[in-house]
Amino acid sequence: MFSWDLLANAVVAGILVGGFYAAVSLGVSLTFGLLDVVNIAQPAFVIVGSYAAFVMNSTYGVDPILTGILMTPLFYLLGAIVYRVYYASFERRGEETNRGLVFFFGVLFIVEVSLSLKFGVDYRLVEAPYIGKSIDIAGVGIAFRLLVPCVVGLLMTLALYLFLSRTFFGRAIMAVSQDRLALRLMGANPVRVKTIAFGIGIAAASLAGALLVTIAPVVPSTDRDYIGRVFAITVLGGMGSIGGTLAAAMMLGVAESLMATFFGPSWSLAVSFGILLLALAVRPAGLFGR
Amino acid sequence: MASALLEVDGLVKRFGGFTALNRVSLSVKPGERFGLIGPNGSGKTTLINCVSGSLAADGGRIRFEGHDITTLAPHRRTRLGIVRSFQIPKPFTSMTVLENLDIPLEYATHGRAHAASADEEAKEILRAIGLEPKAHLRPAGLTQIEMRKLELARAMAARPKLLISDEAMAGLSSTEVDDILAILFRLNEQGITIIMIEHIMRAVMEFSQRIAVLVAGRKIADGDPKAVVRDPEVVRAYLGE
Amino acid sequence: MKLGGGILIALGVIAAGVLVADLRVNPYLYFAGYVILQYVVIATAWNILGGYAGYVNFGTPAFFALGAYTAVFLIQWARAPLYVLIIAGGLVSALLGLGIGYLTLRLRGVFFSIATLALSIVLQTFVINWDYVGGSKGVTVIRPSAPLFGSHVKFLFAVMVCLAVLAVTAAWLIERSWVGRGLSALRDNEEAAECMGVPTLRLKLFATTISGFLLGVAGAPFPYYVTYVEPSSAFNLDYAINALAMPMIGGTTTWIGPVIGAVLLGTAQQVATVTISSELNLLIVGVVLVAFVVLAPEGLVGLARRLRGR
Repeated sequence: MFSWDLLANAVVAGILVGGFYAAVSLGVSLTFGLLDVVNIAQPAFVIVGSYAAFVMNSTYGVDPILTGILMTPLFYLLGAIVYRVYYASFERRGEETNRGLVFFFGVLFIVEVSLSLKFGVDYRLVEAPYIGKSIDIAGVGIAFRLLVPCVVGLLMTLALYLFLSRTFFGRAIMAVSQDRLALRLMGANPVRVKTIAFGIGIAAASLAGALLVTIAPVVPSTDRDYIGRVFAITVLGGMGSIGGTLAAAMMLGVAESLMATFFGPSWSLAVSFGILLLALAVRPAGLFGR
Repeated sequence: MASALLEVDGLVKRFGGFTALNRVSLSVKPGERFGLIGPNGSGKTTLINCVSGSLAADGGRIRFEGHDITTLAPHRRTRLGIVRSFQIPKPFTSMTVLENLDIPLEYATHGRAHAASADEEAKEILRAIGLEPKAHLRPAGLTQIEMRKLELARAMAARPKLLISDEAMAGLSSTEVDDILAILFRLNEQGITIIMIEHIMRAVMEFSQRIAVLVAGRKIADGDPKAVVRDPEVVRAYLGE
Repeated sequence: MKLGGGILIALGVIAAGVLVADLRVNPYLYFAGYVILQYVVIATAWNILGGYAGYVNFGTPAFFALGAYTAVFLIQWARAPLYVLIIAGGLVSALLGLGIGYLTLRLRGVFFSIATLALSIVLQTFVINWDYVGGSKGVTVIRPSAPLFGSHVKFLFAVMVCLAVLAVTAAWLIERSWVGRGLSALRDNEEAAECMGVPTLRLKLFATTISGFLLGVAGAPFPYYVTYVEPSSAFNLDYAINALAMPMIGGTTTWIGPVIGAVLLGTAQQVATVTISSELNLLIVGVVLVAFVVLAPEGLVGLARRLRGR
């Protein structure tokens, strides 16, 4: 059941979704890849972003992506608070790894179940003028509901890259990831830098969530689909390399798309898990490791 | 060369684009007191990590008692008799001081020690090092120098043929330095080969029969302590300034 | 230890009494008791890896469900007797533990945990696509005629008592053996343990395998217990959060912590299901877990020790 048309469509769709996957993974790339804070709750925050966009969209008709952008300060604050709790409870005492992990899992769990209680298990979706439209280029259909999130995802990736390489706090974050002592000498407080980084990571979740609900309807358990994807991308992409994250996201998107087109959609999660295991087994530093 | 206990041959270690060890070679004779010095970041601890097996080398070979151990797992090297202490002490925090020693006594000696006598042997070591009164405390209740002593005691419990002491004296007072030095001398008298990594030059000079100097991943000197210390390159790279 | 042994004996006597008495006991107690004992096994199994070795497994549903679905497969294929189901379920889950361990345990502990986090979803996908065991629609399983105890539920309850004793005994034996001491060392500081001669990789693989085995064993009788097996109940989030919360609340360093956690939290949940929704129940467990991990990470056992002045 193979045709070049089918293949082309699958690849293009995969690339577009990959841009979106990059947006979802940026937060983890930043907090885990660079700063070693294993925030497995990131997908839960993304879903909260989705529901926020849904509520604003269904109640006031606000464009989801606009909601995502407007909510970033709130999410930033939330991220800063969560990190401070994490730091005070675990990092300061030097017990970060395991208890921190369980803490974040608890947060993931609480968020998912709370959403379930509030919104129930029906699929929620948003409406916007560009959803449902598509253009056709050389036989390949490009749906706007994929294209717009992809473009936004690319912009987010670029913005984060510029932030990390050009601004003071961005470079401070890179410094923390390499050497805490160097950071002290730079005159910045590592805890403050990490708080900012974490805040940015969660703020990114807000926008990523809005993109998510634009692409497809969500339920509270959707976050679980993204756990494997986000970490597969972060590890494959080199644990903190922003460019690597983008490349890995696109690769995963295409791989999943091909799998879904030729073998059925329910196997796409197995793809990300397989890639995660493969990446861990072969090159834990990822393809573009530091 | 055949009589060397430890032979490091052209060891290479890279971290990404940074070369931490650039074809380092040295050899240590059985029973020798060997000092390893150099500026911070020169690769001393990396070298120790490669010798103990915590890090896998990217090139070169390591031989112990004539056998190639380059790809051997760390715990097997310990069982062969290569034991290192850690620069920043890494005690087993949930156990008492005594129980900390039971671990290497059971695992490193691997059948050479009988389980029932392990506690006795542990107490012996603690007595020799001056930690016996603290045997039933958790590491959290120890002072700085006591932690360092625990590191050494634990290494001793592993029945080393080669003991690598990584900056055991950093930050200690002069009397405390003498304390540790005395322990190391006593161990050497019992036949244990010792590699000492230190910044405290007085201790290194007093202790070592031979000194090697590591700078930026390369060995720049190796030989009699007095001669090495006068070597102009060594003075320029490390001692002078 | 004496207190722990005493509690265990007491529970054993109670269980035996319930079995033997058999007179006017509300049959619902057997259902509830089964669930609580199942959690004793699950919590104990989780703790061998999570508490003793310090490697956190977020994928408990995967191991549990694998045991359950191995049983379903063997029931459909060969009408195998229960003891075969239990052994097979245990072995298959043990293999899963060994496999995941082999792939990830040479890396940092977080990667093992991340892999287990993604594991449940993936395994669930496989099961949903496998029609022989019912796929997403599920499958009905018919209980064989009840032996010995008059009702199959009582029989399953008795089986679970035995499995709980098995699990706790295994944990107790491991804890006081040289294996247990090695696990403690590697939990406290893995690099130091390895350099002190502890074969850390081998011990970690041992812990994952045993843990997986016991989780599979807990899942194997599940099909007969529920009679209708479908993926969402076998892979239920319940197992994920409780497997963490029960040892954390009870205390992770010793065998009695998971038992206390399972009995307390399990009983509380059984009581609560009548009054509040299952989701609210899960939410509360999640909040309790976070509270304990932040405020009382040593669990009730740790608090008791501190009060006694150890």
